Parts: sequence; structure tokens; C-alpha cells
Amino acid sequence: MPQHDSPAAATAAPGHPPPARPEPDGSAPGPRPLDIRATDQELLAARLVPLRRPGQWISAAVLLVLFAMLVHTVVTNPRFQWHVVGHYFLRASILHGLELTLWLTGAVMASGYLLGIGVAAMRLSRNPVLRSLSFGYVWLVRSVPPLVQLLFWYELASLYPRLSVGVPFGPEFAGVRTAHLFSGILAAYVGLTLDVAALSAEIVRGGILSVDPGQREAARALGLSEGRIFRRIVLPQAMPAIIPSSGNLLIGMLKATSIVSVIAVQDLLYSSQLIYNQNFLIMPLLLVATLWYVILTTLLSIGQFYVERFYARGSDRGAGKPPRGFWQVTRSNIPLFGPARSAAVGL
Amino acid sequence: MTGTDERPLVRIRGLRKAFGTHLVLDGIDLDVREGEVTVLLGPSGSGKSTLLRCVNHLEKPDAGFVEIGGELVGYRHDGDRLHELRTRAITRQRAHVGMVFQQFNLFPHLSVLDNITEAPAAVRGVPRRQAAERARELLARVGLAGREDSYPRQLSGGQQQRVAIARALAMEPRLLLFDEPTSALDPELVGEVLAVMQDLALSGMTMIVVTHEIGFARKVADTVVFLDGGKIIESGAPADVLAAPRHERARSFLSAVL
Ligand SMILES: Nc1ncnc2c1ncn2[C@@H]1O[C@H](COP(=O)(O)OP(=O)(O)OP(=O)(O)O)[C@@H](O)[C@H]1O
Ligand SMILES: [Mg+2]
Repeated sequence: MPQHDSPAAATAAPGHPPPARPEPDGSAPGPRPLDIRATDQELLAARLVPLRRPGQWISAAVLLVLFAMLVHTVVTNPRFQWHVVGHYFLRASILHGLELTLWLTGAVMASGYLLGIGVAAMRLSRNPVLRSLSFGYVWLVRSVPPLVQLLFWYELASLYPRLSVGVPFGPEFAGVRTAHLFSGILAAYVGLTLDVAALSAEIVRGGILSVDPGQREAARALGLSEGRIFRRIVLPQAMPAIIPSSGNLLIGMLKATSIVSVIAVQDLLYSSQLIYNQNFLIMPLLLVATLWYVILTTLLSIGQFYVERFYARGSDRGAGKPPRGFWQVTRSNIPLFGPARSAAVGL
Repeated sequence: MTGTDERPLVRIRGLRKAFGTHLVLDGIDLDVREGEVTVLLGPSGSGKSTLLRCVNHLEKPDAGFVEIGGELVGYRHDGDRLHELRTRAITRQRAHVGMVFQQFNLFPHLSVLDNITEAPAAVRGVPRRQAAERARELLARVGLAGREDSYPRQLSGGQQQRVAIARALAMEPRLLLFDEPTSALDPELVGEVLAVMQDLALSGMTMIVVTHEIGFARKVADTVVFLDGGKIIESGAPADVLAAPRHERARSFLSAVL
């Protein structure tokens, strides 16, 4: 620590010369500092030079070269057989598989979230029975791999050949044979829905807990009903905490539906498999499925951006400033493609 | 104010509340007459907030009762029993009692207008358009005409608290509760909120106010109540209680806040 710094000179703001002080070249008593001090005018006139970061440029160059090599081999390696990919990309059977993947994902997410919100509400309720039930459910479902659950529901018939409604150990009112109950597609729907319910319950619960308890209190003091408080006051404020993880869950589930191919449900992946089992063009058909998954995931990510922006209303970010567009945000997240400086300025 | 001998609007008798083993309210008896302003004073932890929260049953008392307009709050009397009411019935009672919080607790995702119209529309079924019209009148009354499209975070603390008051007034409450409404505000914003509250008092609103603003108590209060350790240790007209407190605890507290 230099001992002889004059505090006035060190803290003076630029443009505001400090009050009169002895000239530095005067006969100031004490030892002279080793370096010759610059005057304020010199400092103000000097140009700012940011720290150079050569490592950043080198790593970027290396990455670009590697990326170019990747593109080159993917495009030029004839064994990728891109013409085959193009040939099958819009085939009716592939599009049917795509359709099934889409609506299975949609149905699973919708019913899974409805259940999940209920499970989260149970977990947060005052009723200890409901709380334990909710905890047990989430624990059980999270402990079992989705593939195992799927097979379990599909093979339910071997465990319970008949399902019936009635008094335990007493008379039976109605029954059905499970062999007809759980087709592959139904097993997939039930298994994945239960999975989503458990995962979303935790996401929703975390979001609800992030809302200031004063909000609920104020709403109660106004005489709003508990249901209304949940829907209108708590849930919307939990949304900013819920959406990012839910977006991940949705995208994860879109891809996770591909496990139904093991029980012969003709989703996007299984439709491709059916084709390459006949013509052995394995790679191109896997690429067809992959490209579709990439396209869907991209669309979902864009959708997530707009949903997040909608729920940022009234927050510090959303208020006042004009909303930042999708492209602006993308560019600032991938600084290689755009000036990072403007992003830093916006913060 | 009017000093008639009719039944008071709020009657609190023998109110007790403990959190665990900690007795926070220890037998509170308090009357608030229609159109009167009662200011609650007392050191931190003396139970002021808990008492207010018992008045609209946000907190459930362990013993004693609160009566508003002759109606028992949170309970139904039946023979030798007090049965706790269903949530729905309690909710209906709360709609007649407004509350203003230290931290404002405006709904940040709703515009100022929606903050004010939410409860009248949802609870009383007032048509949206009519509720909005009334909200604009209330905003003008608290000096915020034209701010209905703002979001709470775009307003200063004093403005937010005035919106919170407008929100409480929109339900046309018989009683307004204030829990340290100016404690979270910068000093220069305190005055604008107190001015609105004084205005309300003059218009005949019945209010129970927890505050450390002694000037407000002296000017506006009809009754000042001093709470310490969950008991009322002093109560009376502000001129008496503030100028010549009999109790030692009240004297030292007052000399600290003045
Ligand atoms: N929900 C609760 N659980 C446990 N203890 C509580 C709870 N609410 C309040 N208390 C305790 O009760 C006591 C009185 O609290 P209260 O908030 O009524 O005091 P206060 O007079 O409003 O104080 P302040 O001026 O600090 O707001 C405090 O000791 C507090 O810690
Ligand atoms: Mg308090």
C-alpha cells in the first residue's frame, strides 16, 4: 500500500478538479513518490485501452476451424446419403409418426400438468394426509425409470388380468379385462403422464414457494376466495419461476416419447425404424428423425421465449423499457454472432 | 368524535394469542366506535401486528373474541360453544374490513387499475366497467389520477402505498386497518400517505392504525392505545396519553420515538 497518496487526488471525480492543493512540483516535505504523477488533464485526455484477450480470439479461431471441418464432413461424406434423407423427410409414414409424437407430447404434458398442479397443491395443503400422499407419489414415480414404468403399464395384464370396482374383500360391481385396457399407446400415455405429474409437481411447488407470502395475505384481506387467490394472484407470480423448467420438461418429454418405440407405438422414431428395418438405410433415416426433433425443439424454444416475456410483465425487467426482441436476445446470448458490447450496455 | 353511547363498531374482549409458549396477546379489551380513529403504539414485538391480524381473522385467537358490527369474527356462537366458521364465511367477513400493509403488498403482475378492481369484480360481482370507473375516482382521491395503467414497480413507495389504500377503499369497508403504513417509506414520502389517511379520517372512516408517527396520532387519533408485552397498559385521548403518560414503559417509549 503506498503511504503517500493524497486522498483528495485519489478520489476526485474526473471533470471536477479537487480544491486548491499544493502544486506537486512545489517543495513538498517528505519523500518524493517514485513515479512522476500525471496531472489530471493528462489523465482526462488519455484514451481508454481495454485489456486485450488474445486467448479468446485463438479459442474462437480453433472452434471455427473445427466447426468448418464438421460441416465439411457431414456435407461431403457420401455415406450420410442426404438425398435419401430428403426422399424420406416428408414421407406419409414419417409425418404420421411425427403427428403421433406431437399429440402424445401435448396430451401427456396437458394431463400431467393438471395432475401435477393438484399434487403440488396437496403437498402445500394443511391436511397431513394429503401432504404425505403427495410426497409418497412424487417419491415413488421419481424413483422408477420411465422406461420401466412404461413396460409396467404395458404388461399390467400379466399382473392384474381383471380390474374391478367393488368393496375390498367384498362384492364386485364392475370389471374389465386389462388385456384390452392398455394398448401400447394408452400405456405410453398413462406412464408418461404420471411421470410428468411428479416432475411438474415439484416445479410448480418451487414456483409457488417463491411467491411472497404477503401477496396471499393481502388477497385474503381483500376477501378473495382461496381458489381465486391461487389462480389470479399466486400462480401468475409463480410463472416466471415455473416456465424455464417447464420448457425444459416439455422439450425433454418431446424426446422422451421416443421410448414408446420399444412397445411398438408408431411415433416419429419407430416410423423411421420400420422403414430402415426393410431397406437398411439406417443412418439417413435416423437423420430424418433427428432433423424433425431439432426443428420441433427449436420451435418450442422460440415459443418459450415469448411466454417468458409475457409473464415478465410488471417485473423490473419488463416495466418501462421496450421489450427486447427474440433476435436481439439470441445475438447477445451467442456473442460470436454479434457485438457483445451492445449487450453489456443494455445491462 | 360523536361520543354517543351506542354499541361500538369493533368490540374486542379477552383476546389471547400465543405462538408456541410465547404469549403475544395477553387479554386485550378494546372498543372502537364508528367513525373513530384508534392509534396503536408500542415497542417492537409488543403484539400490535398480531392484534390487527386477529381483527380480520388472518390470525386465529386462542381465547377471547372480536366482534365487528355485532357480528362475531371467525366464529359462530351456539350454546356454550364457539364454532369456527368455514373459510368461505370468513372470506365474506374479511371483505368488509380493509387492510393496508407496511410492505404495500400490491399485486406486481397487475396494473394499478386491476389491483383496485380485482376484489370488487371478483367478490362483489361489480361489472368491470363500473369497477374501473370507481377505481379512477379513488385514484383521484389519493392524488394519483391518470396512473391506472402503471404497474406497481413503476411507482414510488408513497404512490404504491396510496394505491394500496385505494385498493382497500374499493371494497367500501366499514373498518380500515393500517399496519405501519409509512415505516417502509423514505422520510419525504411519509407526508403524502399520512395526508391521505387524515383525509379519510375526516370523511368519517373508522380506522385502527399502528404507527410510530406521533404527530399523526396527536392530530388525527380519537384514542391512543399503548401496548406492551401483549397488554394494553395505557389508553385514552391523545392529549392525555401522549402528553402525560402514567406508565413508565410508555414514557420511555415516547421519549425514544419523539
Ligand atoms: N407467525 C408467527 N409465528 C411465531 N411467532 C410470531 C409470529 N408472528 C409474530 N410472532 C411473534 O409475536 C411477537 C409479536 O409480534 P408482532 O408482529 O405482533 O409485534 P409488533 O408489535 O407488530 O412488532 P413490530 O413493531 O416489530 O412490527 C413477536 O415476538 C414475534 O416474534
Ligand atoms: Mg408489526
